[in-house]
Amino acid sequence: MSVLKSGTLSQERIVFLFAIVLFAAYAVLLDGFLAPNNLMAILRSVSVLGILAVGMGIVVVGRGIDLSMVAVMAMATAWQLAMINAGTSPFLATVIVFAGVVAVGIINGLLIAYAEVPAVFATLATASFVFGLVRSRFIVQDAVPVPPSASFILEFGQARLAHMPIEVVMFAIAAFLSFLVLRFTKFGRYVYYMGDNYQAARTMGIPVRPMIIGQYVVSALVAWLAGLITAAGLQSINTRVVNSTLLYDVILVVVIGGIGLSGGKGGMRNVVIGALLIGIMLNGMTILDLPNIYQNLIKATILLVALVIDSRLNPRDEQVGQQGDI
Amino acid sequence: MTIKTMLARTIAAALCLATLPAFAQETGDPGPAYVQQSLAGKKVVLIPLALGFDLAQGWNHYIGSEVRGFGGVWETRDPNWDTAAGAQAITDLISSADKPAAILVHTPDLTSYSKLFKRAQDAGIFVIQVDNRSNFASDAFVGSNWETLGELEAKAAVAACGDGSSKKIGLIQGDQVNSSSLDQYAGIAKVLKDHPDYEIVGAPDSNWDVTTARNVATTLLQQHPEVCAVIDFWDNTAAGTAAAIRDAGLTGKVKLVTTGGGEELDCKALEDGTFHAVVMTDVKGQSRDISALLKFLLQSGLKPGQAKSWIYTLETATTKADLKPGTCWNLKDVQAAEAALAK
Repeated sequence: MSVLKSGTLSQERIVFLFAIVLFAAYAVLLDGFLAPNNLMAILRSVSVLGILAVGMGIVVVGRGIDLSMVAVMAMATAWQLAMINAGTSPFLATVIVFAGVVAVGIINGLLIAYAEVPAVFATLATASFVFGLVRSRFIVQDAVPVPPSASFILEFGQARLAHMPIEVVMFAIAAFLSFLVLRFTKFGRYVYYMGDNYQAARTMGIPVRPMIIGQYVVSALVAWLAGLITAAGLQSINTRVVNSTLLYDVILVVVIGGIGLSGGKGGMRNVVIGALLIGIMLNGMTILDLPNIYQNLIKATILLVALVIDSRLNPRDEQVGQQGDI
Repeated sequence: MTIKTMLARTIAAALCLATLPAFAQETGDPGPAYVQQSLAGKKVVLIPLALGFDLAQGWNHYIGSEVRGFGGVWETRDPNWDTAAGAQAITDLISSADKPAAILVHTPDLTSYSKLFKRAQDAGIFVIQVDNRSNFASDAFVGSNWETLGELEAKAAVAACGDGSSKKIGLIQGDQVNSSSLDQYAGIAKVLKDHPDYEIVGAPDSNWDVTTARNVATTLLQQHPEVCAVIDFWDNTAAGTAAAIRDAGLTGKVKLVTTGGGEELDCKALEDGTFHAVVMTDVKGQSRDISALLKFLLQSGLKPGQAKSWIYTLETATTKADLKPGTCWNLKDVQAAEAALAK
C-alpha cells in the first residue's frame, strides 16, 4: 500500500487506468465496440446514472448520503406527468412538483441537521415516504406515460446538440455546473470543509446546518432532473425503478470514482470517471451477452474492491471515529 | 294416453313435488339455493406481483366484480414487486381468523411460494396460480402456456422478417428465474429449430426494467443493425426497446414483437407502428375462466389439494391488420369503475 499512500496512485487514477485498460481490451476483442454510435450509446446509457451521481457526489463530499434520490426521481416525475394527464396545465404541474421536491430536500436536511438523525436512516425513511405517498395518493399505476399535451417533453428527448443526445448534454452540463459550484463558490468550498471536519467547520462559523439543508435540496432537484430526462427518452416513467438496483449503481459510481464516503474528498471528475467505467463495463458485458446475474455479480465485486481500496486510502482515524461516519 | 298412465304420471309428479325442499317450490330449481349456500360470504383474495400494472388491475376489476356478484368477499394484497412481502401476505392469510376460501396468486418465480401453497391447502384454502407458473401444482393454474406464447412470438417474428431479410433476430429476455421468461425462450427456440436459417444474434436480459431494456437493446442494435426483428418478453419493457429502435433510426426496419395484457396502450402501439405484433393475453376471458373455476371449486365438494388442473388462456398474435374496436380493453375505464365502487 505504500504506493497508494504516497499519492502517486490515487484511487481515481487506478479507476481511470482500469477504465482505459478495459476500453482497450474491449476495443481489440469486441467487434463494433469502437463504432462511434456504440461510444455514443455508452455515454447515453450512463447519462441518467451520471446525473444522479452528480447530486449524490455533492452530498457525499459533504459527508452525507441521499438514499431518497431514486424515489424522488421516479415519484416526482410520475406525479407531474399524472397531473398533466389529468388536465392540469404543464406549467402549474411543474410548479407544484418543484415545491414538492424542494420540500423533500428540506425535510431531509432538517432531519439530518437539526434532529441529528443519521443521513442513511433519514433519507431511507423519506424515500419510503415519498414512494408511498405518491404511489397511493397521486398515481394509479406504476407506469405513467408522457401525455400528448406535454409534447415538449418528448421533443426534448429527441433533441440533439452537436449530434449529442440530450441526455449526454444534460449530464455534461450538470457535471460542469457542479464542478464550478464546488470549486469556485463559497457554498462549494464550505461543502468540502464540512465533509472534512464537521466540528471544525462549525467552530469556524460556517452555517453548517443551513448548508446541509442546501445540499439535500440540490440532490433532490438533480434527482427530479434525472427523472424528467428518463421520461423524455422513454416517453413514460415507471416507478418500479425505485425497487431496482439503480440507487446502488449511483453509490457505486460515486465510490468507485474515488469520492471517499468519509467526505471532504473528490469532485465531479471522479463522478465522470466512475460513470464512464460503469458504462464501458456494462456495454462490453452486454455485447458479450453475459446474463444479468453475472453482470450484477461483477458489478458487486468491483464495488467491494472499491470499498476496500477506499477504506485503505481513507482510513478511519480518531477524528472520524469521534464524529461518526455515514 | 290412457287414464291409467295419466294417473300414474300425476302421482309421480305429486311425489316429486313433495320430496323437494320447501324453498325450491317456486321455480323447482335447486341451483340458486345451492349457490347461495356454497358461495355467499366466501372470501377470495388476489395477491398479484403488484397491483400497479395493467394485468393486475384488470383481474382486480373483472374477477372482483364476479366475486362480489355471487355474494363473496373480494380482497387484494399489494406486495409491490417484493417477493418477501407477498410471502408475508400469504402467511398472514393462512393464519388469520377469517381465512379466505381461495387465494389467487401471481407467483414471482418457480419456487418461492411452493411451501406456502402447501400450507394454505392444508389449512383448507384453494390455491389458484395466475399468469406465472411455479414448480408446485396447486388446485389450478390459469394463465398463458408461456411456451406456446413464445412460439407465437417467434412465428410472428419470422413472418415479419420474410424470406428476403437478414433472418437475424434479437431477444430482450426478462430474467433467468421467472417461468414466463424461461418458457418464452423455450418456445422461441422450438420454432427457430424449424427455421434453421434464422439466427438469434443476442439475448440480453432486461431484468423487467424499461431503462435496462433500452440500454441493452441499443447495444444489440449497434452490434447487429441488420436484425429484422426483436422479440421483447414484456410490453412494459418493450417501451424501452422501442426507444432504442427509434434512437437507432431503424423504425420500420426492425420489427418489434412482444407480449402483454392487451390494454389500450398495446393497441395504440400497434396502430402507430411502435409494435409490429403483440401476443395478447385476453384478460377479460382469463378473468372469466378464473371466476368460473372459483364458482366450481367452492361448490364441488372437493378439498384443496384433491384435484389439479391447468387452464390455459387462448393467446393470439395481434398485428395492426387485426385491430378492431374492442380488441383491447381500457385501463382507464376499469380504474373509473373501481373508483366509483370505492365511493
